[in-house]
Amino acid sequence: MDFFTPTVLKAMGTATVETLQMVVISGIITVVIGLILGILLHVTGKGGLTPVRWFNVILSAIIVNITRSIPFAILMVALIPFSALVVGTSLGPIAASVSLTIGTIPFFARLVETALRDVSAGKVDAALVMGSTKMQTIRKVLVPEAMPGIIAAVTTTVVTLIGYSAMAGLVGGGGLGRMAYTYGYTRYNMPIMITTIIIIVLLVQLVQIIGDIIARKIDHR
Amino acid sequence: MITVSDLRKVYQQGNKDVVALDGVSLEVPTGKIHGIVGHSGAGKSTLVRCLTLLDQPTSGTVAVNGKELTNVNAAELRNARRRIGMVFQHANLFDSRTTEQNVAYPLELVGTPKDQIASKVAELLELVGLSQFAKAYPSQLSGGQRQRVGIARALTTDPDILLCDEPTSALDPKTTDEILDLVKELRNRLNITVLIITHEMHVVKQVCDSVSLLEGGKIVETGEIETVVTNASGRLASTLLPLPGDAPRAEGSGPILDLLYTGQQATEPVISSVARQFNTDVNVLAGSVEQLGEQQYAHLRLQLNADADVDAIVNHLISNGIAVTVKGAK
Repeated sequence: MDFFTPTVLKAMGTATVETLQMVVISGIITVVIGLILGILLHVTGKGGLTPVRWFNVILSAIIVNITRSIPFAILMVALIPFSALVVGTSLGPIAASVSLTIGTIPFFARLVETALRDVSAGKVDAALVMGSTKMQTIRKVLVPEAMPGIIAAVTTTVVTLIGYSAMAGLVGGGGLGRMAYTYGYTRYNMPIMITTIIIIVLLVQLVQIIGDIIARKIDHR
Repeated sequence: MITVSDLRKVYQQGNKDVVALDGVSLEVPTGKIHGIVGHSGAGKSTLVRCLTLLDQPTSGTVAVNGKELTNVNAAELRNARRRIGMVFQHANLFDSRTTEQNVAYPLELVGTPKDQIASKVAELLELVGLSQFAKAYPSQLSGGQRQRVGIARALTTDPDILLCDEPTSALDPKTTDEILDLVKELRNRLNITVLIITHEMHVVKQVCDSVSLLEGGKIVETGEIETVVTNASGRLASTLLPLPGDAPRAEGSGPILDLLYTGQQATEPVISSVARQFNTDVNVLAGSVEQLGEQQYAHLRLQLNADADVDAIVNHLISNGIAVTVKGAK
């Protein structure tokens, strides 16, 4: 057991906290901005509540598709100067959260769009016929009816973020990814690498289980 | 009262114009139930979407109690829509809301106080017989119950018009009749004007006071049930009162007559009086007698003797208030 010296244990604790920081910060911002973008994508799309072709084309083709087609590892490196500009440093979990957020927002926005598309057009018609404004239709019908799908999208996104955060760790974000790299790759310390893997797997499982429980609770379909 | 005048809807399909509605005019007086029947593709769905302004008609107007829905701004349209309660084929309830929350929805939109919403919802659920399901979610209800919730929700704003789009097409026959009975009862109680769009003749027979036949985007026949059923040259008569599927083929060579008549005439012993008065044999090939609304209606196919005086017999029948078509000798 001399692999796990007090120094290593302390580093492991710090790394876990850093990973959680990255995931929580970028997760919250991704969900807020991605939800809005997803709604805009759906509402301005063909057959949406307010089709606005040029806006939808720009949002969909340029922003979402281009961002999504850049591999995250490359996007992350490319965004280092931007992160430095936003938070004043390119190192640490806060800086990593910037590129994590930008990398996952388009992904989450697409998932939200899909969840909204699954709400039957008849429900939207019903809302409009009862005299709802477009805003009321979005707030009171579209989003609540798509909520089970949106919760599933949040779960998938947070799981993806945990994976991305490990990658972000390599370029200065810290966290469990950095830990696995430093001890597992450069020092060939297998037990520590396996431990970080176990922590990450547990984190993912925990997120998935919580997500499933919430989804089941709010799904009345 | 709902008044539709010269409603036209033209869709652009590629660079071709598709005329979905070709000048539909219609008026349903307050407290009446009017059916609009037609095959799929006749323009029923387009008509519904234009009546509620979900689709903007190309031209023509829709007015409820004289107040136009067409050519108003968005806010006025939202208010006008609240004068029309709409019932959908698949109810279109919100799955994330309980029965009572679904019924409350239209009131929530305009910020009605909670206690007022609660009493209105309770009253409506009582009206449609679902009080004990107030807290249930749509997925826990049967198709018929869901449609009842849909009807209650449509009535939340005390509308002048109840617009039903294929309200029973997804329901079994027993539930269909229950829903139709409910619609009729609501009309009687609330004196609401009802417009039912359907492809089921059964619905028309069961509840409608008047009916229109929509075909190729036009209303090709319209009138009170009593009038259209006895209009021998019309198309609705034979659909509302069809002869049994495989009517026996005429054996003899005598002329064949189709008779359409209502209850008053049905009480007269028509056939035997013809037989006696004209000293001829009358063979009943097929017949159906049905109760539509309060009235009895009959559709009979008769064959006379080859030597019978057809003109005299037809005149005799017509003078007795019976609609007759001569199918000619075989």
